Amino acid sequence: MCCRPRPLWPRSALEWCCNANMVPRMSGFLLNRLSQSVVLLVIVSIIGFTVLNLMPGGPLAQFGLDPGMTQKDVERLATQLGLNRPLWIQYLDWAWRLLQGDWGHSFRDGSSVLAVIGRHLLATLLLMGTSTAFAIAVGAWIGIRGATHRYSLFDYCATVGAMVALSVPTFWFGLIGIYIFTLKLGWVPAGNMYTIGDGSVLDYLHHLILPSLVLSLVHVAIWSRYMRTATLDALSQDFVKTARAKGVSERRILLKHVVGNALLPMITLAGMQLPSILTGALVTETVFTWPGMGRLFLDSLGYSDYPVVMGLLIFSAILVVLGNLIADIIIATVDPRIRLG
Amino acid sequence: MTSAPQPLASQDVALAVHDLTVSLPAGMERAHAVENVSFELKRGQILCIIGESGSGKSVTANAIMGLLPKSIRVFSGEIRLEGMDLVGLSPESLRDLRGRVVSMIFQDPLSALNPLMTVGAQIEEVMAAHGAGTPKSRRSRAIELLTEVGLPDPPLMYHQYPFRLSGGQRQRVMIAMALALEPAILIADEPTTALDVTTQAQILQLIRDIQRRKGMSVMFITHDFGVVAEIADSVVVMEKGHCVEQGSAEQVLKSPSHLYTRRLIAAVPHLTGKDRVPAEAAASSSILKVECLVKTYRSGSALFGKQRIVPAVNGVSFDLSPGRTLGVVGESGSGKSSLGRLLIKLLDSDSGSILFEGGDVARLSEAEFRPIRPKIQMIFQDPFASLNPRSTVGQILTVGPIAHGLPHKDACEQARELLAHVGLDAGTFDRYPHEFSGGQRQRIGIARALMFKPKLLIADEAVSALDVSIQAQILKLLDQIQRETGVSMIFITHDLRVASQICDEIAVMHRGQIVEHGPPSQIFLNPTSAYTRELVAAIPGEQQSNARAIGSQSTLAGHSHK
Repeated sequence: MCCRPRPLWPRSALEWCCNANMVPRMSGFLLNRLSQSVVLLVIVSIIGFTVLNLMPGGPLAQFGLDPGMTQKDVERLATQLGLNRPLWIQYLDWAWRLLQGDWGHSFRDGSSVLAVIGRHLLATLLLMGTSTAFAIAVGAWIGIRGATHRYSLFDYCATVGAMVALSVPTFWFGLIGIYIFTLKLGWVPAGNMYTIGDGSVLDYLHHLILPSLVLSLVHVAIWSRYMRTATLDALSQDFVKTARAKGVSERRILLKHVVGNALLPMITLAGMQLPSILTGALVTETVFTWPGMGRLFLDSLGYSDYPVVMGLLIFSAILVVLGNLIADIIIATVDPRIRLG
Repeated sequence: MTSAPQPLASQDVALAVHDLTVSLPAGMERAHAVENVSFELKRGQILCIIGESGSGKSVTANAIMGLLPKSIRVFSGEIRLEGMDLVGLSPESLRDLRGRVVSMIFQDPLSALNPLMTVGAQIEEVMAAHGAGTPKSRRSRAIELLTEVGLPDPPLMYHQYPFRLSGGQRQRVMIAMALALEPAILIADEPTTALDVTTQAQILQLIRDIQRRKGMSVMFITHDFGVVAEIADSVVVMEKGHCVEQGSAEQVLKSPSHLYTRRLIAAVPHLTGKDRVPAEAAASSSILKVECLVKTYRSGSALFGKQRIVPAVNGVSFDLSPGRTLGVVGESGSGKSSLGRLLIKLLDSDSGSILFEGGDVARLSEAEFRPIRPKIQMIFQDPFASLNPRSTVGQILTVGPIAHGLPHKDACEQARELLAHVGLDAGTFDRYPHEFSGGQRQRIGIARALMFKPKLLIADEAVSALDVSIQAQILKLLDQIQRETGVSMIFITHDLRVASQICDEIAVMHRGQIVEHGPPSQIFLNPTSAYTRELVAAIPGEQQSNARAIGSQSTLAGHSHK
């Protein structure tokens, strides 16, 4: 009678690709979201471009105080870079090049914006990826345990700990970390991504420990709070009682019924985290002199390196859009109500 | 309290509860959820435990299953199952019994199934949890069970997710799950309360059939004596944690000895077959005249993927005279609630006209309709969700009229008068909704609707969420209010028994259309459409009570009320 194989968990994803009915619906959904995203990106870029150019002095202000540059030199430079044209023409020119894959060139050293971003992306990905993975795993565990052992000593400690981690600024944790683990104990280096002249994997990891732990503190706090609420919510659902009435063990109830349902809202949260994974953490990267995207943004602003700043702005806007899109697709894949509804 | 029946030979008893006392955490309104309750469930019988909410019937069931929340625990007494005392058994031994020896089904089939697992996987889980069978044998057993509970196309159903199923189908899945390991005892905690009358009749029939076929013992919890009459072999009546009466179904139904039992039985609305006597002769003009009203729901976008079109209200026409009540009766999905929303313009109709006091309001814009809004008010179904928990009752009552320009002082005065009128004491004004019971909250909801001195009240399943005994009180209140104020009413319900208590005329809705319209006497005694006959036949307990010819005491005035 029934010859279909027992559905494994990834069945949903498989079915999603294979099921002929799903393809038009899902591509329709994607098309719809992508068209919304394009509009969003245009708006963000216009606002970003305008606000950036409204800053007093403009991109060449730094040369105004340079005794080696005459007013003529500055004007010549402005003509050369096309900065004397009306703003809207500058924007259209910039946008048109962007569409062709030319993100412009850094004012600082003339290298292409994409190359500059690429140089810093890996460092950020390493730091943020490690700390986010750690934060999600630890935060989810604390949250689930806090919910199943509600009002226990563990739960109270986790709650107070989360409040402390959320209310104390990250740089303070960073400085305290450096003071204790570098200056007093000498366990880890105080900053940078690698020792010049070394650069082995172990050396990278050694440098990674402290900044990623400091960075993950706040995220552990956030994740544990959200996860605790979501788990409590799932625990109070009737189907958990049904599972108990069936004689299912508490462990399996937690793993199969509670965590699955509690993770659904977490996927959206993780989607919103994606941009920050790639755009970096300004404060942490500064404290630990980590050569990531956060530092790049700060430095580029300081040098009025408008093409790089604009590039970073568009890059993070694309990530926001992408993060939400991926979260939506994952939710649609794991939740049959959305996938098949 | 009546004494427990004579102890039977132990092999005839599937489950015996003896002097069970379950304590509540300190600070609750009473110290014990159940106190000294004793009863026996005989093998192969259906025992109904009946009582209002808060009577301790669900707590008793959960105590047997070992499913009490941590804060509530068994204080004393014993629960004997196959010679074992379940009280004090280790959690692991209790887990082993659950689903294998004792199974349970719950009230709300919508939330009782895990939305992320297929129906088949959830049925197999019972067997897997007790290590029964191989994955292959479990699958064929699951499909067998789906067939047994009468679900269509079991192999397809096996792969279905719960959200695709109707309420009745989900309850069948729950039953299939409970039967998977052929338990000796099935505990059903209000399994039909959340269902339509016709679905309820089918599920009751299914439980009865399976119980007979398998010789199972069933403990059936309900608040409705109509259901008891339909299904029970013996009955335990509970009030505020005490067992006040028990005996065979016939004995308790025919000659109830306890006052509380009599009150519960009297509260069950019966089909009267008699028409209501209106307060005054109907005026010639109608207050509401609806013509060819149409509302179609469209979901999904036409551009991407297929569009679903649901005709919710499909050419409905009726007339309502001032001071009269029109009952709109139908199953869920019949379009009766959509009709209510159209009339109060919470939804816009696609076509047709709504003539209110002679003017067509169907095409009015929100701004144009606003001055008329106070004249049409709604009473909602869920008395727990429809009152803002952060506002005092006084604020809830006065916020609307004040928005429409009534001075604050007058509004407060009027609110206090109305609260007294609907039977609530003066302190109510400054208290918050969570301090009240369901029935009291519904009284607050009625007072809120009356604040505007409306011409038309729309009551959407206004008593469906209430216990049968509270239902009767609210219906009496609505009847009294109509006689005093001359307000017209549209009473939307899925329960024909309730409609027969309060309506001058009844419109039966089916798939967006009115299939029959007439006075209760015609609808109940002489239904012309097949669908109405089906609805009437599905009413629980009617065959029995008709046979006993209760008839004469079934008008509202004849009931005893608190």
